[in-house]
Amino acid sequence: MAIFLTKDSKVIVQGMTGSEGMKHTRRMLASGTDIVGGVNPRKAGTTVDVDGTEVPVFGTVKEAIEATGADVSVIFVPPAFTKSAVIEAIDAEIPLAVVITEGVPVHDTANFWAYNNQKGGKTRIIGPNCPGLISPGQSNAGIIPADITKAGRIGLVSKSGTLTYQMMYELSDIGFSSAVGIGGDPVIGTTHIDALQAFQDDPDTDLIVMIGEIGGDAEERAAAYIKEHITKPVVGYVAGFTAPEGKTMGHAGAIVSGSSGTAQAKKEALEAAGVKVGKTPSETARLARQLIG
Amino acid sequence: MDLFEYQARDLFAKHGVPVLDGEVIETPEAAAAVAERLGGRAVVKAQVKVGGRGKAGGVKLAADPADAVEKARAILGMDIKGHTVHRVMLAQTADIKEEYYVSFLLDRTNRTFLAMASVQGGVEIEVVAEENPEALAKIAVDAVEGVTPAKAAEIVAAAKFPAEVADQVAEVLQKLWTVFIAEDALLVEVNPLVKTGDGKVIALDGKVSLDANADFRQPEHEALEDKAAANPLEAKAKEKGLNYVKLEGEVGIIGNGAGLVMSTLDVVAYAGENHGGVKPANFLDIGGGASAEVMANGLEIILGDPDVKSVFVNVFGGITACDAVANGIVQALELLSSKGEAVTKPLVVRLDGNNAELGRKILTDANHPLVQQVDTMDGAADKAAELAAAK
Repeated sequence: MAIFLTKDSKVIVQGMTGSEGMKHTRRMLASGTDIVGGVNPRKAGTTVDVDGTEVPVFGTVKEAIEATGADVSVIFVPPAFTKSAVIEAIDAEIPLAVVITEGVPVHDTANFWAYNNQKGGKTRIIGPNCPGLISPGQSNAGIIPADITKAGRIGLVSKSGTLTYQMMYELSDIGFSSAVGIGGDPVIGTTHIDALQAFQDDPDTDLIVMIGEIGGDAEERAAAYIKEHITKPVVGYVAGFTAPEGKTMGHAGAIVSGSSGTAQAKKEALEAAGVKVGKTPSETARLARQLIG
Repeated sequence: MDLFEYQARDLFAKHGVPVLDGEVIETPEAAAAVAERLGGRAVVKAQVKVGGRGKAGGVKLAADPADAVEKARAILGMDIKGHTVHRVMLAQTADIKEEYYVSFLLDRTNRTFLAMASVQGGVEIEVVAEENPEALAKIAVDAVEGVTPAKAAEIVAAAKFPAEVADQVAEVLQKLWTVFIAEDALLVEVNPLVKTGDGKVIALDGKVSLDANADFRQPEHEALEDKAAANPLEAKAKEKGLNYVKLEGEVGIIGNGAGLVMSTLDVVAYAGENHGGVKPANFLDIGGGASAEVMANGLEIILGDPDVKSVFVNVFGGITACDAVANGIVQALELLSSKGEAVTKPLVVRLDGNNAELGRKILTDANHPLVQQVDTMDGAADKAAELAAAK
C-alpha cells in the first residue's frame, strides 16, 4: 500500500496543455502514473499525444471524472486561476486535488479551503506551492523526480520540495512507501499531522521521516500529535536555524516573527515528543537508517 | 510587505475607515505649511516599520507651524531601534477619551482568518494578550462568508465595546474587512481605535501587511515598496527575478529550492563553528530550472558582495539534471569573465542527484582554477567555511 496515491489512482491534470503541465504530464506518464485525461475548456474534445500516449482533454473536471473515473487531479494552472481550478475540483468532488502552483495569494487558498469545508470536506487538498506526492513504483502526482528513489518502507512528509528529493536520494537504497510534499505556504491543505496519521495507518510504512521549516506552528502541533497518536518511529529535520527574524526565505510561509516559529522551538518540541531530530539532512538520513536497521 | 503608518492610513481612507487628516513629509521645512493646513496644532509622528516609536521619542505634539518645523527637525534622522526616520507624518490632533484595538489577520493554525478586538487599546497588544488575555476577544472569520453585519456585531459583543460606540465600531470593522480583502492583506490592525470627546470613533494609528503573492492583481502595491531602504544587492537581485536575501556572513550561498537553501545556510553555520565562526552571507534560491543565465546572474550578485570570501554552490539535481547545472556553472564563469568581471573568490560545488556523475565530470574537465568539488553537502559546507576563514 501507500498513502493517498496508489497504483489504482486515475489521475487528471488541470492545466495539462500549458508548458509546465505538459512537461510534468510527460514525466508522470514516464514514471508509470495512470494519466487518464487533461482539463482545458478551450480544448475540450481533443486529444494530446504525450510521447505516444493519447491523452483526452475534457472541458471540466466533472466531465473528466464521468468519462474516466478519475480520482486525483494535479493542478498546474497559473496563480491567477488556481482558486477557480481548485473550486472546480471541489465541486466535482474529486477525492484528491494536488495543487502544484507556486505564488497563490493566501486569500485564495484560505477561500478554497473554507469552501471545501463548507462542502463537507470531500476533497483532500495537497499544497499549494508543493511538489506533490509519489508512491514509488505505483504512481506519481506532481513534480517529484521518480528516478531518484524506489519503493520501500519509509514514509516521508515535507514542507520543502528539494529537501524531499535530497532525503529520498539519501535513503534511496531503503526506499519509500510514499513521499508527500505538503508545501511551504502559510495556508496548506494537507498537514504534517494528516500525513503522519495516514502513515501510522499504512501497513507498508515502518518509519516516518518528517521535514519541517521555520514559520507557523505546524511542527509543534505535529509533535504534540506524535506524542499522543503515533507509535511508529519518527525522524525529523527542521530547516532555517540561521534565518533572521522577519525575512521571507523563499517560501511565503518561512518567516519567523517573534519567538514562535523558530527552528529551535520546533526541534525542541519534536525531541520532547520522542522524535530523533537530525542537525543536517545527511545526519537525519543516518538516524533513519539506524532506526529501520 | 509591511507598510508605513501613512500608507496604512491612506488605504484605510480609501476604503472608508474613518481617519484624521494628515500628510507625510521628508523635510522639516515642509512641516509649516502642513501644520497650517491642519489648523496649526499637529501631531508629528516618525514613520518607521517598528513598534515602540512613542517611547523612543518619535511622536511629538506641535503647538503651531513653527513648532511643527522644530519637532519634525528633531524626529527626522532619529534612529529608532536601528531604523532611521526618513519621513514624518503630521496629523490632526484628537481629543481622546477611550482607546480600543481591532485587527484582522491570517490564522495559519486554523487555516482561516481571525478578528481580534479589545477595549484596552493604545498599548502593545502582545502585552494585553499576555497579562490580561480575557480582555482580547478572538473570533474566527470564515474566508467565504467574511465579516457580515452579524459577524461585526459578534466581534463587538465579544470584546465588550461600550453600547454608545457599538454601532460605530461594527461599521469600522466592516470597512476594515474591506481593506483586508480588497488589498489582499495578511494583517490590518488599528491601534488605537479611539473614541473622541464628541463621541466619534476614529482609527488613529494602523498597521497593514500585504501579500506579495497577490501583486499580479494589485498593480498599485508596487508604489508602496520602500525601494530606498532595500539593500542594493537585494534590489539588484529582485530586478533579475532572483530570490535573494542578504545576511551578515562571509560564505556566499547558491542553491536550488527554498528548503534546501535554508538548510544549506544552517549547515554552513554549523561548519563555521569550526572555522573561526564564519557564517552564510546570503540566501539565494535559483529555483528548479538553474539555467546557465540564472546561474550567471546569481554568481554575479554573490561575487559582487564585498563581504563574501568563498562561495558554496549546493545543487540537488531533481527536475534539472546535474550535467545541465554543471554546464550552467562553466558557462556562467565564462560569461562573467567575458563581461570583464574578475572572478577571484573560490567556489565549492556540491552536485548530487540526477546525473551527478556526469555533472561532476563536466566540472572536473573544465578544470577552473577557482572551482573545487566536494561530493557531500556537509563536506562541501566545511570546505567553503574553511576557505572563507582562510581569507
